[in-house]
This record gives sequence, C-alpha cells and structure tokens, in this order.
Amino acid sequence: MSEPGPPIISPIIQVQGLTKVYHVGDVEVNALRGVDLEIARGEFVAIVGASGSGKSTLFHILGGLTPPTAGKVLIAGIDLAGMTNAQRTNLRKTTVGFVFQKYNLLPTLSAEDNIKIVEYIGGRSTAFTPEFQEVLKLLGILDRMKHKPRALSGGQQQRVAIARGIVNQPAILLADEPTGNLDSQNSAAVLKLMKDLNQRTGQTILMITHDPEAAAYASRSVHIRDGQIV
Amino acid sequence: MLNKLILANLTHRPVRTLLSVLAIAVEVTMILTLVGVSNGTLDSTKRRAEGVGADIMVRPPGSSVMASLNSAPMSEKYLGLLMQQPHVASVTGTVIESLTFPDSVSGIDFDSFRKMSGGFTYVAGGDPVSDDDMTVDEDYARQHHLQVGSKLKLVAHDWNVSGIYEGGKLARICVKLKTLQEIKGTPGHLTLIYVKLDDPKLADQMAEQLKTTLHDDQVYSMAALEDMYSVSNVGMLRDFIGVVIGVAVIVGFIVVFMAMYTAVLERTREIGILKAVGGGPGLILNILLRETLLLALLGSVLGVILTYGTQWMMKHSVPASLVQETVYSWWPIAGAIAIAGALLGAIVPGYKAVKQDVTEALSYE
Repeated sequence: MSEPGPPIISPIIQVQGLTKVYHVGDVEVNALRGVDLEIARGEFVAIVGASGSGKSTLFHILGGLTPPTAGKVLIAGIDLAGMTNAQRTNLRKTTVGFVFQKYNLLPTLSAEDNIKIVEYIGGRSTAFTPEFQEVLKLLGILDRMKHKPRALSGGQQQRVAIARGIVNQPAILLADEPTGNLDSQNSAAVLKLMKDLNQRTGQTILMITHDPEAAAYASRSVHIRDGQIV
Repeated sequence: MLNKLILANLTHRPVRTLLSVLAIAVEVTMILTLVGVSNGTLDSTKRRAEGVGADIMVRPPGSSVMASLNSAPMSEKYLGLLMQQPHVASVTGTVIESLTFPDSVSGIDFDSFRKMSGGFTYVAGGDPVSDDDMTVDEDYARQHHLQVGSKLKLVAHDWNVSGIYEGGKLARICVKLKTLQEIKGTPGHLTLIYVKLDDPKLADQMAEQLKTTLHDDQVYSMAALEDMYSVSNVGMLRDFIGVVIGVAVIVGFIVVFMAMYTAVLERTREIGILKAVGGGPGLILNILLRETLLLALLGSVLGVILTYGTQWMMKHSVPASLVQETVYSWWPIAGAIAIAGALLGAIVPGYKAVKQDVTEALSYE
C-alpha cells in the first residue's frame, strides 16, 4: 500500500468462492460468503476487518487449522478443499508458518527451543544456520534465546514467534493480529520487522488485523466485511 | 528435542510430578514388599527347619506348609515306632501352640533335640530348668525387649526367660514339651516329629517307606519339604500376591490417569500450539506416553529404593515376626507392572489430547 513490495512472480494463495458455515446449536453462522482472493509470492498483504467480519476464519482456513465448507483454496499449488486432518497437519508443518496475537509460545521451553521444536517437527536439523542467525539478529532476539517466554517482554515474545513462524522457510507466514497484545512502540517495532523481513527475504506474509495503522505496513490491504471481500 | 520438552513439562509442575512418581513408587514397593515378605518368611521357616538337623519330618495329616500348625494329633508312641525303623539314628517330637501370626510357641524335648541338632547356642542363659522357663531367639528377644530373667505371659501362662539363643534353629520360642502339652490339654501327643538317619542320602527312600509304615502321606524328606517352601508352591500366597498386583495396577492406572488428564487439560493451549505448527497425533501421543514412561520408570526406581526402607523397618521393628528378602528377579516384574498400569492410565488422556480441536485449543484460557 505505502511502498511497493518485491517483484511479484506467481500467486501463492488462490481463493475462489470460499464459504465457511458454522453450526452453533441449531443456528447456522455464515462466517465467509464466497471469498475470492489472490496473493502473489513475496507479497505482504493485510486482511483488514472489524471483529466478526470473518478475517480470523479466513486465517484459520488458509492455515489449514479448519476445513472450508465450500470453494477452492490453493496454497502454493496445494488444494486445501477435501484435505484430511493428516494432510492439513502436513501443510502446517511444511508450507505455512503462524504468528498469533497471544504469541503462543510454549512456556516450559526457552525461546531457542520454542523455535527448534518447530524445526524438529518439520523434520529439519535443529542447528540454526548462519542465515537464520542473521534473521534472529534482524529481529533483535539473538541474545534472548536462552530465556523462557515469561522472562521476555511482549514485543520480544512476538519476535520469537515470528522467528518460529519462518524457521522452516514456509511458503507463507500467516499473522493473526500480531500486534493485538502490544503497546504502540512494540507494535511499530514488530510491524517494521515484518516489513523488513518481507523486503529482505521475500517472505510472503498475510497479516490479519483490524487496525488500519498496522495494515499500512503491508504492501497491499484487502478489506473484509460480513464474510465478503469488499 | 522431544525429551527436552518432556523434561521441561515434568519439571514445570514439580509437585504433581513428585506425587505421581511417589504413587507409582508405593505401587512398586507394595508388590516388592509383599513378594519379599512371602519369600523371606518361607525361607526363614525353611532355614529353621534345616537347623534342626533332621532328614525327615512327619507332619500332622491334612496340614499344609503355610497353615499354622496348632493341633497335636500324633501320639508320642510314634517316636518309639520310628526309632525301631532301619537307619533311624534319632527322633524328636515337638508340640506347637500358635500365637498371633506368625509367632508360635514350640514345646520340645531339649535332650533329644540337642542330640539331633547339637542344641541351641545361647548368647545368654541356657535351657529351661523349671516348667515355667522359656527360651527365645535373639530376634524375638530384641523385638519384645526380653532378657534372661524377664517375665512374660503367653498362652495364658506366666513364663520366665531362662535363655536367649542364636536364631535359625527350629523356632523362636521354645518351652519344655511336657509343659506345653499340659497347657494345650494334649498330653502324650505331638505336632511334628523330626527324624535323623544314619545316612542322609536315604532320606527320600526312607520317607516313602515311613509313609507305608505310618499309614500317612505327610512324611517328607527335608529336601522335599524345603522345595515346598516356595511362593509358587503355596497357592494361598500365590493368589494373594496376584490380588495385590491387581490392586497395584489399578492404583497406578488411577494415579497416572488423574495426573495425565490434569496435564492434558492444563496444557490444552500448548497442545494446540504443537498441532498448529505441524505436530500430528503421533507427536502428541508420543510426548504423553514418554512422559508417562518416565514417571513410571522414576517411580519404579524409587519403589525399589523404598523397598529397602520397608526391609530396614521390618528388621528393626519386628525382626521376629516378618522377614523381608530382596527378590531381585521381581524388580523388572514390578517395574513392568507399574509401567503397564501407567500406560493404561495415559490412554484416555492421550486420546483426549489427540482429538482436541486446534482452533479451540488455541483459544483456551
């Protein structure tokens, strides 16, 4: 939006006619009503919407956390529709990285081990490469690796969560309100880091947010309301 | 990496971990103590029987190894009859009055007993002189704080301790045969008869021969009798151990079920995180089962150590009542039982963890 991102090569996310219906008792809730969306490799896109707009549902579907009701969803060429639980687990292991609003670090492990366990789950070596060490430096957490989450500030925890989200070099990094629990200073720092990460490494990032200020850091914003892209 | 997470999980809640380990340890100790006491008590009985120096024992009809011997159905005339048999060098008879299990008072003919066994080795005092005198072994004296000259009342009779002897022969409490026969109201009758042969190699052959002579099949060579002093040959004990093992497995199951169920509930969000970053059901189950296995292994090791504690306590508080042996062959068995019970207890919590919805788990507070 504000600055042009890296050169767009090919769409990495393709969504066509995506719907999601939840059943709460006897009530049908249409969380998504025919969403169409295309995100190119290397883009930093913000999905902006108010609470209840369906943005979190879109996040969960794109991340393989919940299945769609109907429609076509392609992530890096992999069709999510009709995927089994095991296939969705594999997608999360290999193709998608997550950053959550509440950081969601494992409290019993150090920052380093929170990242390494994801490498372990992804079947990769748990030794950090020099390139990844550079990323940790960029995130400003290289010297905080031995600390447990409770010994880190919210901003530091979120930066560890970002490092965890990209350690397995996923095709896309999904961030759900990544600054929702941070003060304005830390929010700005985290968003700037995500932008740097996108520009320096070409990491595709899809950020869900309700905050236009946060969305301004993305290269493109997509607005969602009542389960539809507007 | 996974082991690091498991260790971190267990140390994160040290009290719960400690209690789980302790409960599994108690389960293991319970099994090992029971087996140890069963074996120890039987071996102690066997050793005391060996200490008599006899080659053959004649027991009352219908008696069994573990049942308390209390009746005195055999006439003393058997002694004369047995002495007339070939190869019989000496005989001695005893009468037994059971006290609270496993104690009993044995009435013996000290002269014939000495002839057969060499008699007791006294650490203080000596054989009874008067009818009210009693001798006890060191363990019994220590447990009941007795010394020569001490008075005590047993089988409704006042006794005076005349001697304290080294244990390992016949019985822990001995009085004169005639006195106990009169107290029991069975004068001229015996509970057990010990037979010493001039050639111990003939014991089995002579035992068979005596069965015919005495019209009784409760005649055993001491070697045959010693074989019977094993847990596997005592049905009642075998069944009892089986019941205790069953109870132990249930205890282990409940403890681990509670601990892991609580852990799964408490770690709902963490399980959600692991699933979100690509952890499958296998990984989640693997973590829980490894945690359980570690708890069970630690519990088993602690259980074995605690068994030495119960052994020490029995030796120092009730040395004359129960003897507990260390039965090494049961260590892996008790450990396997504890592990099996623990793994059973982890199944339902594990299933719950695997089935947890990842989005719900991530929003769990």
